[in-house]
Amino acid sequence: MVLKLEGVTKRFGQFTAVDQLSLEIPEREMFGFLGANGAGKTTTFRMILGLLDSTGGRITWDGKAIDYSASHLVGYLPEERGLYPKLKVRDQLVYLARLRGMQKNEALIELKSWLERFKIPEYENKKVEELSKGNQQKIQFIAAVLHKPKLLILDEPFSGLDPVNVEMLKEAVLTLKENGATIVFSSHRMEHVEEMCEHLCILHKGSPVVHGSLKEIKRAFGKKNLVIHADFELDQLKNFHGVVRAKSTMEGVHLQIEGEPVAEKILKEIVGKGFIRKFALEEPSLNDIFIEKVGNSYE
Amino acid sequence: MNNFWIILFHTYLNKLKSKSFIVTTLLTVVIVLALTNLNNIISIFDKNGGKETVAVLDETGKLYDPFKQQAASINKDIKLTKFNGTEKEAEIAIGKGEFKGLIQLRFNDEKLPEATYKARSIADSSLYTDLQTSLQQVKTMLAATQINLTPTQLEKLYEPVSFEKFALEKNAKTEEELNQARGLVYVLLFIIYFSVIMYANMIAMEVATEKSSRVMEILISSVSPIKQMFAKIIGIGLLSLTQLAVFLIVGYYSLTKNMDSLKDGFFGVYGFKDIPGVTIMYAVIFFILGYFLYATLAAFLGSLVSRIEDVQQMITPMTLLVVAGFMIAMFGLGNPDAAFITATSYIPFFTPMIMFLRVGMLTIPVWEAILGISILVITIAALAVFGARVYRGGVLMYGQSNSYKDIKKALQLTKNK
Repeated sequence: MVLKLEGVTKRFGQFTAVDQLSLEIPEREMFGFLGANGAGKTTTFRMILGLLDSTGGRITWDGKAIDYSASHLVGYLPEERGLYPKLKVRDQLVYLARLRGMQKNEALIELKSWLERFKIPEYENKKVEELSKGNQQKIQFIAAVLHKPKLLILDEPFSGLDPVNVEMLKEAVLTLKENGATIVFSSHRMEHVEEMCEHLCILHKGSPVVHGSLKEIKRAFGKKNLVIHADFELDQLKNFHGVVRAKSTMEGVHLQIEGEPVAEKILKEIVGKGFIRKFALEEPSLNDIFIEKVGNSYE
Repeated sequence: MNNFWIILFHTYLNKLKSKSFIVTTLLTVVIVLALTNLNNIISIFDKNGGKETVAVLDETGKLYDPFKQQAASINKDIKLTKFNGTEKEAEIAIGKGEFKGLIQLRFNDEKLPEATYKARSIADSSLYTDLQTSLQQVKTMLAATQINLTPTQLEKLYEPVSFEKFALEKNAKTEEELNQARGLVYVLLFIIYFSVIMYANMIAMEVATEKSSRVMEILISSVSPIKQMFAKIIGIGLLSLTQLAVFLIVGYYSLTKNMDSLKDGFFGVYGFKDIPGVTIMYAVIFFILGYFLYATLAAFLGSLVSRIEDVQQMITPMTLLVVAGFMIAMFGLGNPDAAFITATSYIPFFTPMIMFLRVGMLTIPVWEAILGISILVITIAALAVFGARVYRGGVLMYGQSNSYKDIKKALQLTKNK
């Protein structure tokens, strides 16, 4: 059940939304899609789901294109949240689950356990319009997963939620993965992707600028972060050979350096000048990588 | 259960349970009941059983009887009473509401009758017109006697001219049949007109609601847009049939209960007693086809708007088409033979009403009806194919613009280059 994208391209008139995107997402994998607004994430998802036809390339899941015959195996949380405002939570979820090929009784049992899990069982008979936005989002999430999909596509699943609910949803997503679902999700929040995904892809203007496993990406990036907290003046380090970026903080400096050797040289340079409270060499965060790869082209 | 049926029944049951549907249905049932019981209702409000009592002050002593006789033959609801008091007393009695009015009869110089009519208001023109006509006839009789005409001569003078109408065309409808057909066609045209406008609106709103609430994206990822569109059209179609069935059953039941009181009135003239089966069959065919034509149009127009407020604006041209068809049909009721009517009956957007008018009023060859129906069916099919493609792209399009240019954009979205 591998999801494969081969040279997928989508053009709207003159505008190219997705350009030659090739990916392979193995079964039971959590795959993260990153990208600035308008990078082509949603368009890619829509093409995977068969809502839009690609202009070129092929998308297959288990060797076949995804069409409506597979709709009971696929779950989708669209970026633009939407439910029937006038319909009760229960009727709504049962209707949407039945459209995904679930039996009514089974859907009712599942929906109760999900509402319990999200600590909102009292909303079962409320109309969606009476719920807060965060709770509506939980309902929307339930709608995407109620029918136990094998392939789950989540477009910005955590946006607009408070930290408690983000944790709750994250746990739910991880459980689904353990139960055998392949999950593709997009986010603006790097830390979520960093925390949850084995593989990821950063899209920029429709083309993948970074693609692979998280560890490899970080290793390939090369640059590291160096945090120094010291009692003496550190400003001269900003012009040190091999320092890419530097930022002064209250307690010292944050440096982005080209690699470990640079850190060694810096250490030699500052040792003996005074008391060093912290000297830490850190892996680059996904945020750094994203800003470097995507942000550069804005400049 | 198949997705198609799930959507169909979801649409149907949801609308059926909605407050607005129940309220409109009940209101209409009340109106239907009121219309079919019109005679009873009028008599409730009219204490005198609809009869107007007019006091007659006959100064001659000779005119009252012939006048009463004539008045009775013109309108049996007019009740005349001889008043044996003065004019003043009579006026007071009118003021008290004992009489509707006072008519003073006297002879003029030539010994012919003349009258003065007094009432609190002379708004009820039908009453004094009837009285005037009655007196006119009394005058004619008296004048005839004055010039020594015998009653036989008089009768000859007033005998109505014989005027018979024949339609030369084979199978053409007789006068009576035409009148009957006109009433029936009139009512059915109204039903088609209102249903098409109402339910097409409902479909456009339904689609736009799903789109504006953004639930659409989940829906189209579960079920193909084409399936959805037709499930919705048929679901609302079922709803319309349910509503019509309620009206017809209530109407029919109420009518048959009141048949006796109604047979001389409107319904007698317009012949609802024996409705020709063929006309009903055509009515059903054209109702269903007309519904499908406009419902498909409404569904894809509804898929183009992003906000519910824009629905009306989007479907206005469609509504105007229905209104135009209805106007032409109304004109055609009086002149169903006109070349203009024949021509427009083949234009698919007008066919449901105008071709129905023609088959109902005229005896046209069957092939003409079939040709009209065929054109209509082909148009519906073409519109469905085209509409489904627009719908598929339209539901994914969000934006400010709500113009017909969006149709092109929606088509491009689904095109596989």
